[in-house]
Amino acid sequence: MANPNSVDVAVMRSMLSRARGLGSAKSGTAHWWAQRVTAIALVPLALWFVASVIGLSHQPRAAVLHWGAHPLNAALLLAMLVALLHHMQLGLSVVIEDYVHVPRTRLMAILSVKAITALLLFASVISVVRLAVSF
Amino acid sequence: MSDVREALMVGRGSTGKQVRRPLSPHLQVYRLPLTARLSILHRITGVGLAVGALVLVWWLVAAATSDAAYATVSAVLRSPIGYLALFAWSVALWYHFCNGLRHLGWDFGHGLDLASARRSNMFVLAGTAVLTVLTWLIAIAAQ
Repeated sequence: MANPNSVDVAVMRSMLSRARGLGSAKSGTAHWWAQRVTAIALVPLALWFVASVIGLSHQPRAAVLHWGAHPLNAALLLAMLVALLHHMQLGLSVVIEDYVHVPRTRLMAILSVKAITALLLFASVISVVRLAVSF
Repeated sequence: MSDVREALMVGRGSTGKQVRRPLSPHLQVYRLPLTARLSILHRITGVGLAVGALVLVWWLVAAATSDAAYATVSAVLRSPIGYLALFAWSVALWYHFCNGLRHLGWDFGHGLDLASARRSNMFVLAGTAVLTVLTWLIAIAAQ
């Protein structure tokens, strides 16, 4: 903006079109809601995971294989990874939206976070499956 | 000016002169209260935990790959820097956990007044300390 005290407003869009695009258009809360749902899921899953890791921390790889081969552990691991990585991706996107103001850089940063998170999810899910069938 | 939001940023000062409204809050002017510091800490610990998630995935992939790969992760995590990082992640996790529970409470409309927020500040900090100490006491006892 050249003149910070300028008041000449040239807006050719109606308020309604803005509201339809950004406001309460039935999908605006999806991101917020997904963040809460994954947060609630992570409360018990994080407690379970930390307890499990403490139990495995002093043991060799064989114990991790044995632990991961139990279907219940594999299922809980998958649930935790999906909730964790989705929650992480949602949170990092908000941080980027708040601090990166150049549209092109912002889009690239958000897409990078989504791509890296997706790859992390695939790698960890395949690992869990491999542990689950490796007995 | 190209946006309705820009129009809202213009007002008149006490002399009648048109001015661009200041943005609030001014981080460089206010002394941040504890609630604000803890709010920022929630975000910082979240970003830190995202880095921890990378290591978590590395650990899982290594466990599914080979003894050699698992030995590498174990060696890194059992180095002094590894233990320091694990301790930092445990603090970050329990802080984000406790403050996240407080956020969920706020989302349901509980404890939004200032007195309650100040009280829950202490619960969050105490919860973080207790859970972190408990985690490491159990981890050391399990060795």
